[in-house]
Order: sequence, then structure tokens, then C-alpha cells
Amino acid sequence: MTLLKSREAILVGAILLLLALVASRFPGFVTPSNLVAVFTDTAPLIILALGQMVVILTRSIDLSVAANLALTGMVCALINVAFPGVPVPVLVALALGLGALMGAINGFLVWKLTIPPIVVTLGTMTIFRGIIFLLTNGSWVNSHQMSSAFKAFPRENILGLPLLGWIAVIVTLILGLVMSRTTLGRAFFAVGGNPHAAVYTGINVGRTQFLAFVISGMLAGLTGYLWVARYAVAYVDIAGGFELDVVAACVIGGISIAGGVATVAGAVLGALFLGIIKNALPVIDVSPFWQLAISGAAIIIAVTFNSRAGRSKGRVILKSAEHAQ
Amino acid sequence: MGHAQTHAAPVLALDGITKTFPGVKALDGVTLELFAGQVTALIGENGAGKSTVVKTLTGIYQPDGGRILVDGEEVRFPTAQDASAAGVTAIHQETVLFDELSVAENIFLGHAPKGRFGLIDRKEMRTKAQDILDGIGAEIDAGVRLKDLGIASRHLVAIARALSVEARVVIMDEPTAALSRKEIEELYELVDALKAQGKAILFISHKFDEIFRIADRYTVFRDGQYIGAGDMADITEAELVKMMVGRSVDQIFPKRAAQIGEDVLIVAGYSHPTEFEDIHFTLRRGEILGFYGLVGAGRSEFMQSLIGVTRPSKGAIRLNDKVRVIRSPADAIAAGIVYVPEDRGKQGAILDMPIFQNVTLPSLPRLSKNGFTQMAEEFSLARQYTERLDLRAASLDTTVGSLSGGNQQKVVIAKWLATQPTVIILDEPTKGIDIGSKAAVHDFMSELASEGLSVIMVSSEIPEILGMSDRVIVMREGRMVAELEGDELTPETLVRHAAGISSKGEAA
Repeated sequence: MTLLKSREAILVGAILLLLALVASRFPGFVTPSNLVAVFTDTAPLIILALGQMVVILTRSIDLSVAANLALTGMVCALINVAFPGVPVPVLVALALGLGALMGAINGFLVWKLTIPPIVVTLGTMTIFRGIIFLLTNGSWVNSHQMSSAFKAFPRENILGLPLLGWIAVIVTLILGLVMSRTTLGRAFFAVGGNPHAAVYTGINVGRTQFLAFVISGMLAGLTGYLWVARYAVAYVDIAGGFELDVVAACVIGGISIAGGVATVAGAVLGALFLGIIKNALPVIDVSPFWQLAISGAAIIIAVTFNSRAGRSKGRVILKSAEHAQ
Repeated sequence: MGHAQTHAAPVLALDGITKTFPGVKALDGVTLELFAGQVTALIGENGAGKSTVVKTLTGIYQPDGGRILVDGEEVRFPTAQDASAAGVTAIHQETVLFDELSVAENIFLGHAPKGRFGLIDRKEMRTKAQDILDGIGAEIDAGVRLKDLGIASRHLVAIARALSVEARVVIMDEPTAALSRKEIEELYELVDALKAQGKAILFISHKFDEIFRIADRYTVFRDGQYIGAGDMADITEAELVKMMVGRSVDQIFPKRAAQIGEDVLIVAGYSHPTEFEDIHFTLRRGEILGFYGLVGAGRSEFMQSLIGVTRPSKGAIRLNDKVRVIRSPADAIAAGIVYVPEDRGKQGAILDMPIFQNVTLPSLPRLSKNGFTQMAEEFSLARQYTERLDLRAASLDTTVGSLSGGNQQKVVIAKWLATQPTVIILDEPTKGIDIGSKAAVHDFMSELASEGLSVIMVSSEIPEILGMSDRVIVMREGRMVAELEGDELTPETLVRHAAGISSKGEAA
């Protein structure tokens, strides 16, 4: 427990250090208004990382989140074009439902057909993108076709923070509650920590993994609408490759790819770390090549750190075992 | 502990070998001699030290004391390669082979004939492999993939692999456990062929019919100690069983006489398509019912079915006068039947979780409200049961992974007791723990029974079964072969039923 906390403390330290470095070159980056902008810009990554966190925690992975996001976003955009009168809350509910449905398909295949999650979601990722193409024949939905209410929703400013940012905060709080205070959250940890033991305690491992995929899909769907509305454009390839950023955010946040170890704070901090790098490096004139290299290095450092932490934990067990003799 | 020389000089001998693990003396000055062209059977209960001997002979374990002698010269086997180079090779219970490789590759893995540039000479390897296979009369093409072979053929490949290193000593650890009758006969012929080639064979088996069929000599271990050795011709089954189990049982076990009450659990006709058939018994309040049998007799499989991990094909249970259908472990826990699995490392605790969450995990449905956990209730339940088991930890918030092995065990037991079960199934409750902890577990079982809990104890250790059980069911090959009580409970009867020897002392 202290180990996890210290890991998050280190991540907070890394983020502060990063901000300090950027500020020394470009003080404007750390003004409150810019930080709010960076946070809002990172909100989709935070929301998706929280969904991915639950999936990775249960020893799975969801590579279809970006495709789910793109398909849901496109469906929302198409509905908005065809029926401009549909109110935004209905669209949000629809996005949540459609995303959850796609997550349920992933979860069902993993649960009932016991196909490895990486294979399932690699497949559905391609299928979801393919469906967008079938729906649109590859054409775009552009800003002028969307209703103004549709586009305004994520930008709605409440107490200085756009609604998109608030949604990331709300999702974080809800996930925090689910993970720490519900039996479902407990089941996620149990299944990821030791599925063999979880079975005997009466937890249905497959069903728990299924629900993890539903949560991940639901959040991807929600992000789909928010993304399309914010950028005011929808096409086949939006958020292409974004699933890897999402997984990277989780890994940087100390979530074990082997399952069983995850914190909401870690996922959020991991996403923020990546988001700050992406926003800060262009500002201080670092070339795009270095941006990718730095993001990549951050991932490897994070994984190395996590595996070292795991190893030292192993030594602790031995030491106390000796002590007990 | 020295040992007199027998007729010829042994090819391989262990002299006063001692091996200690934390808290357990696995081998205590044991002696073992293997002679060329002879089959020596190593006989002992589970925990007698047979596997440790095999691992010592094959360089996996290093003895703490004593000597290993090859042709009378003291040797050391720091690694498995050294043992193999000295001509000692083992064919394991579960043969370690590679499905996706060819038979020839399996036989020569790690010592393949090399051609130019140090690359593997595949042609040479294939020819040599085929020669070895032909030599043991195996009708197997060295070119086929291992996964296309049946269990018996795989065994022959394992044996061929053993012979490919010019073995002088062949160790066979329960070689017939997975074989059919016909395949066993073929194995016997092979053993005879190996004998004729002058190999010294160490044969480990629980089955007396086998031992009497193929062994020339026997060596008996008990509790890590050498008990005796001699020629098979000079001993009877009854005498062997006595050497194997003979010890005073009652001193070690703190079984209190519990008040045995009404019928709690009635199991009728439980069957599974492949694992067990027609298991039926009645368990009473306050009773400890032992399930004895050899490893692989279907006991754990039946227990897993009883708690809903697998589904039986037939059968019904009645718990406290109510017919219950158990479809999942959650149903079993709700009904009051809990199972403490044998492999507590793998199936027991969740190491990354705090202690209190581990303890409350199976009780969560009861402890939660509308899907929300109740922190205070969780802590008080966890505190109650960890205190009862005298668990020492800085805080209930620390992860189970940071506890010692013994304390992890306590967490697992606390977890199950916290569900307040009616029936608790303990699968090999003392496997792999030291003698002091064993006594504590036995004491605790006794306490549970005296509090009115009904206990099912699956155990392969005869003293434990005899010392703790009020009644014992013996299983063999997925069936109940005996239900024993009172005076019928003797080591001899247990071994006889489990190994399938009729009361006249002949192999069934």
C-alpha cells in the first residue's frame, strides 16, 4: 500500500519537475488558464485511461477503445445531422449505451469463447473502424453540418473549467468510488490479483472481466461524442492509434500489465503526464521526433520502475519468511 | 548412518544424505543403493522423502550432509547437467517434453549432435533417435511431432530421451500413473529390457502389484528416514506396509472427542463423466470425515464439484434437510459449504490485496449493501477472525504478499471461517508445512469440530487421516472403495484399499 502511494508520489514529482522544466523555457505554460487548457485537452485520455485501467486490472487489454470512440462519435454526428432536434443529453446517453454495447461484445467474446483479449479487441478494433466506413463511405461529417448545441456541449464553461474537463473529474470520482467502495471494484482487484483464488471465493471471473470491458466501452463511447463535438469533425480515422496512448497512460500510472495492481490516481496521473508532454514539447520547440521518443522513454522507464518495485516486494516476502522461522 | 555393503558394489549409492528445508527435515541420513541390472523399488508414504531423493540424485537439490557415490567414488551434482553427465537420468511423473517439437528433437534437446558451424545435424539426430526408439521396441517415427502421440508413446519418448545420454541409472517416478493396463504391460517389458542392458533402475510407485511384478529389491523410507532395504523375494506385502506406515499414531494428534450430532450433509450418487462416479456419504455435525486415496484418486475433483467449480453429471445433495443445487462457488458459500484448496499458494490468497480484503472476500455478498462495501463491518470481521487465528501483522491494511508463508496460510483459513460455514472442506491441510504448524492446524481442526462444524479432510498422509478422522472414505480411481470406522481404521486397511489390494494380500 505504501509502495503504491510512493509510486504515485513519484509520478506527481515527475509531473511537477516536467512543469518546472517547461516553465523555465516558457513561463506562459504554467499560467492557470493554460493549465486548464492542458487539463481539458487531456480529459479524453484521462477518461479512456480509467476505463482501460479496469480492463488491465483484470488481466485483459482493450485495444478497441479508439475505434469504439470513433464509431460512437460518428453515429452521434450522423444522428445530429439527420435529426438536429435530438437533445444533447439523449445523445450522451446513446453514446454511453452504444459504447457499452461494443464493450459488451468484447467482454462476451473474452468470457464465453475464452479468446485472448488482445486478439478479440484487435479484431473488433478493425471491425468498428470498418463499420464507420460502411456508414459513411469514407466521407466526413464537418463542422457546418453539426448543430451548434452539439458542438457547444463540451465547451460549456463552468467555474472556469470546460464541461469536458468536468466530465473527466466526475468520471474519476465515480471510478474512485467504484474501485474502493463497491463489491464490483473489489472483484476487479481479486480477479486480477489471483483468478484461481477468486473463483473459490465465489467470484465469477469471466463475468467480472465482461463488466470491465463494458465499463471501458461505455467510457470510450462517452469520449466518442465529446471528441467529435469538441473537434467538430467526424471521419473514419479520428483518434487513430490513440488506444496505444491510453495503454501507455495506464502503464506510466503504475498499473501492472500482469493485472491485480491499479489505482485511479495512477491512471489519472499517467494520463496527465503524457498529456503535459504532448502539450509542452511543441511549445518549447522540441521536434516531433523527440516528442515520440520522450513519450516512449517515459513508458519504458515506468515499466522498468514497476518491475523493479515488484522484485523488491519479492525480497520482502523472503525476509519476513526468514524472520518468522 | 552407515550401511553394510551388499553382494556386488552398487553403481550409485547415497550414504547418510540429509536435506533440510526451513522447518522440515526432508531427508534424515538416508541410505540408498542401486545395482546394475536390478530394479530397486523406493517405497514410502507421501512426505517420506521420495521426491527429495530423486531431486538430490538428479542435481536439482544439493544435500546438506552425506555422500553420493558413483562406483564407490564420491561425487557431487551441482547441476542437473552434472547428474546427467554421470549417467543418472530421471523419467518424471509428468514427463517434461515439448509438444511442438519432433520426437527426435525432444530426445536430443540440449545435447543434439552438432555438424559444421556448430549447427544441429538434423539428419544424424533423426537417425540416432530412431535407433534408440527401435532399440526399446517403440514403434514411433522420430520425425513426427510430439503432440501427435498418445500418453504411452510420450512415455516411451521420455525413456528414449533418458537413454540418449548413455544412462547408467534410470529413475522412474510413478511411471504408470497415467497409463492403461496394456501400456503398463509394455512398460514392464521395457523395464525388463533396460535391466538386461545392465541399467540400474530406481522405481518409485505406490502400487504394490507393480512393485512385486518388476522390482528385485526394495528400500523403504518413512518421514525422511531410511527404514530398511532387502530383496523382494524375502518380504511380503503385509510386512512392507508395516515398514511403510508403522508408527504410533495417537501421540501426535490432539483429536478431541467431539459431540457428533445430527446429519448435516447428505451426498447421493455424485458422478462426473470423467473424474469420479457414485460418491455418496453422510456427514454429521461435529464430525471429521477423512478422504484418503492415492494422488489422482479423484478426491479433489469431487470436492471441486461439490462446491460448484465443476458441475456433476448426476447426483444430489441435501444440506440441513434441504435439497440444494450448487451451481457455483458463490452458491456453495451461501449454502455454508466452503473449500480450502490444496494449492494455497496458487488458489488461496490474493497477494496484492490487503489482509482485511482477503479475509472478507467470500463474505462480501453478506457484508455489502446494494453493492457497496461496508468498511467498518469488514474491518471488524477481519479483526475477529485474524485474532482468533493469532495472525501477527502490523496492520490489517498491509498486503498479504508481505506476510510470511505461515501467516498467509492463516489469512486463507480466516477467510473461510469468516463465512461462518456449516461444512468446511480442507484439502491436504498440512501439506508442505512444518511439524509445529501441523500440530497447530490439527488442534484447530479439532476445535472447529468441537464447536459443531462438520469437517471434510482430504489427506494423503496416513497418520493425519488416522489421527484426525472419525470416519474415513477411501477413494481409488474415481470411486469410493471403502468407508472405514473405529477398529477398521488401520494403516494396513487404508493402504490396501487405496492401492487396490484385496484383503488376502493379493493385487486386485
